Amino acid sequence: MKRVVTAAVVFASLVALWETLVRAGIWSPVMVPSPLSVVEYIIGAISDGTLWQAALVTLRRLMAGYALGVVVGLPLGLLTARFKFCEDTLGVIALGLQTLPSICWVPLAMLWFGQTEAAMLFVVIMGTVWSVLIATDNGVRNVPPIYKRAAQTMGSKWLHMWVRVILPASLPFVVSGMKQGWAFAWRSLMAAEVYVTILTGFGLGHLLHYGRELHAMDQVIAVMLVIILIGLLADKIVFSPWEKFLHHRWGTAK
Amino acid sequence: MNAIHEELRPVVPLKVEVEHVSKTFHSKRAVVHALDDVSLMVGEGEFVCLVGPSGCGKSTLLNIIAGLDTADSGCVLADGKPVTGPGRDRMVMFQESALFPWLDVMDNVLFGLKLKPNLNNRERVEVANFYLQLVGLEKFHRANIHELSGGMKQRVALARALAPNPRVLLMDEPFGALDALTREQLYGDIQSIWEKRRKTIVFVTHNVREAVCLGERVLLFSPRPGRIEEEFRVDLPHPRDINSVSLAEHAAKIMGALKRHLQPAGSEVAE
Repeated sequence: MKRVVTAAVVFASLVALWETLVRAGIWSPVMVPSPLSVVEYIIGAISDGTLWQAALVTLRRLMAGYALGVVVGLPLGLLTARFKFCEDTLGVIALGLQTLPSICWVPLAMLWFGQTEAAMLFVVIMGTVWSVLIATDNGVRNVPPIYKRAAQTMGSKWLHMWVRVILPASLPFVVSGMKQGWAFAWRSLMAAEVYVTILTGFGLGHLLHYGRELHAMDQVIAVMLVIILIGLLADKIVFSPWEKFLHHRWGTAK
Repeated sequence: MNAIHEELRPVVPLKVEVEHVSKTFHSKRAVVHALDDVSLMVGEGEFVCLVGPSGCGKSTLLNIIAGLDTADSGCVLADGKPVTGPGRDRMVMFQESALFPWLDVMDNVLFGLKLKPNLNNRERVEVANFYLQLVGLEKFHRANIHELSGGMKQRVALARALAPNPRVLLMDEPFGALDALTREQLYGDIQSIWEKRRKTIVFVTHNVREAVCLGERVLLFSPRPGRIEEEFRVDLPHPRDINSVSLAEHAAKIMGALKRHLQPAGSEVAE
């Protein structure tokens, strides 16, 4: 509790300092809008629905693309870990494409899918799938052989072995890969939304982009704050429970 | 309730025959003759210990009996039928516990039981509880694996191996990584479980005293190529105390034989 209070006091003083610097004219409001104007924008944008709508559009893209990316990446990772042929072909492609920031796919995605949701989905999937694939592959390779042998003696084989032994045993790797995939997907989506206009829906990136066009830096900072907030929430709601479970069960770092 | 009684009843132990088994491992640098024409017979309900220095192929033999490895030549017969793969009638207990860290104690013991047909889930839990009680860990059924001490882990591993009610228990240096005090407790446990559950047990160790303390028969392995050199009968009554004088005398005799067979390379033997 004491730590929370201390931290709150520090943050409050930083914001107060920021406000003072703008009011005193040391920071020009053109360069740095005051915190109050940012708050004003947020209240306005929430009450007229723009912020909600933009956040909803962005989150829908992110979740759909991310879910698809995981659903595709995970089994592909199992394949590359299991079959030499897949390792030598798909594995190499994955390794290469993982190094490519998925924003680089935007020109092609525009060409293939037009200014539609499909293009955005494609960029998010490309951000997710390779990290998940590589992490799964890695996780499966790092399963101690003794687990498989022990399971074999108890009568586990094929599908049961994959679902009940190999997959759970590689869970620490898979979860960290999913987290990395999420980070890639989130960054790519933001970049793509700022970079191109999608006719089927205006996301947070667009809102930020328009802030730039209109030179409304209060809007830009407000959208940045929302983006940070979503990132933090995803971490706390989606990944933290998994990581807690892993720490609890595996007894890794406290 | 009948299914449970049926399930928990001690099964008829298995007779294991190993006939002329040879096994060679090829690595990039060397060819290792792990086993060379090994034959042995383990009677129904017999407790046999295989003793030898590290790398003499005794674990390989155990894996072949378990069906986890295949022999290059020769065969293993379980009650006269050739072993072609792993089976629930032959359970293995490994040196490291090989418990699954993503499951708690209860689910680890249930793992093999869930693969066993003709039981419903309530019965499975009942069976698992029975074996956890047998190893004295019923209070820890919801504990995570990493929270257990080394000895407790091996007890859970023992419960997990016993749960499907196998007819032979194959133990691969299961106590090698434990401290002496914990080991002594487990010697007592293993002997009483063997007495209660009447299983055939093949126990691999490099610890001669341990072998004498547990086995009715001790087979001496020599390395490269792995061969059975000598056989000793241990006619001491169970339960045996590892610190007893008569046991030490037996162990000394076997130790002497082991050293003779190992010359000149006799540096790897423990105790």
